[in-house]
Amino acid sequence: MDKKLLMRGSQVIGETAIRAGCRFYAGYPITPQNELPEFMSGAMADLEDGTFIQAESELAAINMVLGASMAGARAMTSSSSPGISLKQEGISFLAASELPAVIVNTMRGGPGLGNIAPSQGDYFQATRGGGHGDYRTIVLAPAHGQELADLTEKAFEYADRYRTPVMILADGMMGQMMEPVVLPDPINLAELPPKPWVLDGADGRPGRLIKSLILNTMEMEEHNWKLARKYEIISREIAAAETYMTEDARFVVIAYGTAARIAKGGIKRAREMGLKVGLLRPVTLYPFPERVIREMSRSVKDFLVFEMNTGQMLDDVKLSLEGRSTVHFYGRPGGVVSTPDEIAKVISSLYYRQHLEED
Amino acid sequence: MEKVVFKRPKYMKKAPFHYCPGCGHSIIHRLMAEVIEELGIGEKTIGVPPAGCAVLAYDYFDIDMGEAPHGRGAALATGVKRILPDRIVFSYQGDGDIAAIGTAETIHAANRGENITVIFVNNSCYGMTGGQMAPTTLLGQNSTTTPGGRDKDRDGAPIDLSEMLAITRGAVYIERTAVNSIKNIRKTKKAITKAFKVQMAGLGFSLIEILSPCPTNWKMSPVDACKWIDEDVMQTFPLKVIKDETG
Repeated sequence: MDKKLLMRGSQVIGETAIRAGCRFYAGYPITPQNELPEFMSGAMADLEDGTFIQAESELAAINMVLGASMAGARAMTSSSSPGISLKQEGISFLAASELPAVIVNTMRGGPGLGNIAPSQGDYFQATRGGGHGDYRTIVLAPAHGQELADLTEKAFEYADRYRTPVMILADGMMGQMMEPVVLPDPINLAELPPKPWVLDGADGRPGRLIKSLILNTMEMEEHNWKLARKYEIISREIAAAETYMTEDARFVVIAYGTAARIAKGGIKRAREMGLKVGLLRPVTLYPFPERVIREMSRSVKDFLVFEMNTGQMLDDVKLSLEGRSTVHFYGRPGGVVSTPDEIAKVISSLYYRQHLEED
Repeated sequence: MEKVVFKRPKYMKKAPFHYCPGCGHSIIHRLMAEVIEELGIGEKTIGVPPAGCAVLAYDYFDIDMGEAPHGRGAALATGVKRILPDRIVFSYQGDGDIAAIGTAETIHAANRGENITVIFVNNSCYGMTGGQMAPTTLLGQNSTTTPGGRDKDRDGAPIDLSEMLAITRGAVYIERTAVNSIKNIRKTKKAITKAFKVQMAGLGFSLIEILSPCPTNWKMSPVDACKWIDEDVMQTFPLKVIKDETG
């Protein structure tokens, strides 16, 4: 199926989730992502084996997902920043119990109630685990409609493959925008790899146990290292980034999601002015594509990190570069959305200040 | 020929209970294992243990078990049951778990009429953490956080969670029993059986609240603890069928 459809972002996530075999959704209303649960309520009702529950709270929703995942379902929940804070308990338990699940965060301005405008203020929370304890969450950062589909499909695949929660980190802009997309074909649930750990009744086998309590410190330590080894494998296997006009670039902007899209517009304008500028867009935020950035530092001595926050991914860029290049920062927190012209101005002023036009 | 008069139920593991002497959990575990065996549902039952003393229930039940975060048993059980509607799903929760931190999850699961069974063990204190005030602690009862006894003006009065749940439209069967005497233990087993049968018939939400002794935190002998349930706890939490819409 390669038919191009014009679809709203939240609908793309929902429809792709169903096609990727999601059969359980629980969520709680919060702006700016209500279109997703609304879509899921109808889509699940159309399926013979679909479940949609409007939960009494974010906590209940994530714990319902925990239960559905234990029972073997591809399960999903979604929310926006303040709601994701509430879900962190369950996300920690999912990671600890090694259970797959997909969580969509349509980020809004914060901290606190903040506002309902697009923001990237939850980068730290998403990429550092978010809840309590020593764990990580796979974080995928779509930047356009097609990628909402591609990464939603991947999110379910990664969650099952690594038995770990996967977060799709989007923002209000992406959820609302209508764009042409080609959706993936629906999968055949029966063809998915078996899950030999599922709780479905101990029929003809000993009872199974899914838990996160490990009182023995040596066993807990071993479990922590087991998770750490898993995150290493994940880092090796799925770290991804897109590059744009970087071949001859002397100055590279690093941005993700909506910010990357705006940056692309700024870079086009800067190129028209004759500046050798490119874009590096992390597609996975955890694992962070540090190798690509480090390799680029051989030819690029100036990077600009652009985020819709006061500087969060900035830390990961600096850690990746290990002091090899100069890192500049431009941030617009609070739900403010920059324009490509604004980014072009920031780029050109830094470009000339660093005398990059000279050789 | 030897006649077997007492044996380990089929779905109990061969493991000694870690519970304190005189604790009600071991009795309730055994009753549940007997009921699961008698109803022939051991191969299709999934249990959800709580955070609290009974978190280690999975060490004793030889069935599928999935541990819930503190208070979230009913939400987690909802997820399991909705995916596997032909299995039997129960959550096992203490009073702090179900009537304080998990109140919302419990009320809404009951109100939605989730076809699950909840075993609510009421020992009127937080046992595992060392005997702090629970939502069910009696007025005047000593705990490590109610110096001089629970005071209504300072600490609030005990909460009647089962009665509250009974007014939800989705709750079908709710009964309060106790395990402080042979007679009450037998009644508890009957109540658990009925609750599971309600679920097997697909009727909706069932919950059995079980008054259970905690001699360690009550600082009583097991015998006195059982007596105290009769004389004091039942004044606040009377044994009765609170709701029965199985008719």
